[in-house]
Amino acid sequence: MLSRTAEGLFWIARNLERAETYARLLQVGYRMSMTPSPAGGYESEWSSVLAATGNADEFSRHYDEVNERNVENFLSFDARNPSSIKNCIASARNNARANRVAVTTEVWEALNHAYLEFRELEKDRNALKKIPDLVDWVKRQSATIRGSFLNTQLLIDSSDFFNLGYYLERADNTARLLDVKYFVLLPTIHMVGGSVDSYQWMTLLRAVSAVRAFHWTYGGDHSPERIAHFLILNPACPRSLFHCCDRMEYHFSRLAKLYGTSNPAHYLLAERLERFYEADIRDIIKQGLHEFLSKFIADMGKLNNQIAESYLFER
Amino acid sequence: MKKEPFSEMYVNGKVRKAYAVLSEWYNTCDPDELTQKQKEAETLFRRIGITFAVYGQGQDAERLIPFDMMPRVFLESEWRLLERGVKQRARALNTFLWDVYNRREILRAGIIPKHLVLQNEAYEPAVVGIEPARNVYSHIVGVDIVRTGLKDFYVLEDNCRTPSGVSYMLENREIMMRMWPDLFKQTRIQPVEDYARLLRHTLESVAPAKCEGEPTLAVLTPGAFNSAYYEHSFLADQMSVELVEGQDLFVDGDFVYMRTTRGPRRVDVIYRRIDDAFLDPLCFKPESMLGVPGLMNVYRSGGVQICSAPGAGVADDKAIYTYVPEMIRFYLGEEPILKNVDTWRCSESDDLAYVLEHLPELVVKEVHGSGGYGMLVGPASTKKQIADYAERIKQNPGNYIAQPTLALSTSPTFVEQQLAPRHVDLRPYCLVGDKIELCPGGLTRVALTEGSLVVNSSQGGGVKDTWVLAD
Repeated sequence: MLSRTAEGLFWIARNLERAETYARLLQVGYRMSMTPSPAGGYESEWSSVLAATGNADEFSRHYDEVNERNVENFLSFDARNPSSIKNCIASARNNARANRVAVTTEVWEALNHAYLEFRELEKDRNALKKIPDLVDWVKRQSATIRGSFLNTQLLIDSSDFFNLGYYLERADNTARLLDVKYFVLLPTIHMVGGSVDSYQWMTLLRAVSAVRAFHWTYGGDHSPERIAHFLILNPACPRSLFHCCDRMEYHFSRLAKLYGTSNPAHYLLAERLERFYEADIRDIIKQGLHEFLSKFIADMGKLNNQIAESYLFER
Repeated sequence: MKKEPFSEMYVNGKVRKAYAVLSEWYNTCDPDELTQKQKEAETLFRRIGITFAVYGQGQDAERLIPFDMMPRVFLESEWRLLERGVKQRARALNTFLWDVYNRREILRAGIIPKHLVLQNEAYEPAVVGIEPARNVYSHIVGVDIVRTGLKDFYVLEDNCRTPSGVSYMLENREIMMRMWPDLFKQTRIQPVEDYARLLRHTLESVAPAKCEGEPTLAVLTPGAFNSAYYEHSFLADQMSVELVEGQDLFVDGDFVYMRTTRGPRRVDVIYRRIDDAFLDPLCFKPESMLGVPGLMNVYRSGGVQICSAPGAGVADDKAIYTYVPEMIRFYLGEEPILKNVDTWRCSESDDLAYVLEHLPELVVKEVHGSGGYGMLVGPASTKKQIADYAERIKQNPGNYIAQPTLALSTSPTFVEQQLAPRHVDLRPYCLVGDKIELCPGGLTRVALTEGSLVVNSSQGGGVKDTWVLAD
């Protein structure tokens, strides 16, 4: 397939997953703002939400104050934020349009529908007051689009590039969510284990729609260590770093078989995955969760660049 | 001169056979339901993304072409006449193209003045002596036809480069079938869905000499911002071939390749939807970013077929148009089946004098214009507009041709909750490869403003489904 098309599909998936993560982050902020934070007050939650996006600098260029309304607007409707839900949906849709031949009618219609409906949502000035509705809407669109993709796309290389983008973005996002919880919300180690702390861990699980899944897996006890294990190492958790890397390995292997040759991106990922097999969550926490996650996020950045290089995305 | 235009639906107050079922059906319809369906149809167009871009209009770059739900209908007997006429023209135009780039017999015979061809802007010296596969230059010929009477069909112009609009022929039908399934069960309407397969076959049949085995096809688009982008992606999708931009292609040695995730892949036939001037910066406009450097060299050495072939535009030039009936007689030894509209060439002083005297009753067009831009419709213009236009003609007479204002036929169109007659034209798409094929249907464009004769989508025109009934 055309390299430009492979790149397009890769980014459609990345943008969709990012829009969904942003919606989930909004949900986290919205819920946390209804409970007192350990630092006192309500507003600080929005700084951590902002920090999780990795876009705090961009935010401070356009807004004076970190508050609910501003952060919500920045994440959802602000065209100046390259990763706002608005821009992610538009860019996914326009990428699909530019590669219309590579997606099925159902996938295209689902994407175009989301794009058109979002423009209607935007016109409603009160939309921001209905954060839970917006969050639900984004999750629903993302599920519909991904569902259409899985149900109608041919299982050829195009589906591999789409899925590589999807899992790469998801791995990156989970790592960021986790990092925010551990690093930003809890600046000192003394705060670990308090009741507010455990509430916030729950919120994190809630943000990834995994509260029940977690309890099914680990019973009632939600110690930070277990939650970290769940989101990093548990292969059964659909958002865990391990699972995402495992799926990428699967798609790289398919491509290698299809093309009759492996490439540096595949090796890079395989090496990363190897380290997960040997990892122990206690060691990770002992050596510093934040350091671990930062390294992981950097690795995903390298992987992204290597994919672009290996499959000729750059011209 | 003031004569009622031919009505496609009624003759002497009675419904014509072609429209019998449709008329009966319409009488059972509730106008509110029709209005509702009209809205549904528009939503469908938006959702599927059947849009076009109007350049320089800012705000909403992707626009819908208004779709009218009342189809335009032909009887099979009427269609057979049109079909023969269109195929005849497509054959003559292609023979002409081969001739003017090779032996130039028609020029030597004095049938067409040399300078009109050889000094024509669209005449491409770079392809003189190159013989494209099967000697075909224009693989898709779109012929714009208007009707003025029961058996009177006139050709307004030929489109030999890359005529657009065929996606509307196909999508209008899809939407109609979705909206009114019962109507299709009651009526025997010839399907058009074979077009994509025929197009693919046509393109495959003109694979270049150096191609071995099954040819790889690609549709070349200027990109997603082009006005007709939807159509480019639609056709590539329907034919299951790659839709490429210039940046996806490169020349290496004797061949053209696509950049793919597996590395370079050779392309044998390119259905290009960009103009000659942008095809190859090494051969044409050096600043073009849309094309592929070196493409023309590969074409010259038979490594790739470009469709339509570079240089095909000289056949659809408005100045050449007047000679098409002569071409048909010269090359085919036949009488033209479709008529040409009388045309005055302002480059000739007698004609110019006549045109300037009769502007209020004429339609004046730029020789290289398209899309309905820059034309004057005399009867619909104010004295000031006419006077201004006369000045433009005087400054550069060679740039203009004039034709009498034809009484375009009207077809019933659903406007403001009822049917009203609106002027229509027709563009069928003729495919030329190892065979000459014509799908039973085409694009019917309709001027939605009462009395207007301009059907171009860029000028407020709409589209209709076009039915050819089976006997």
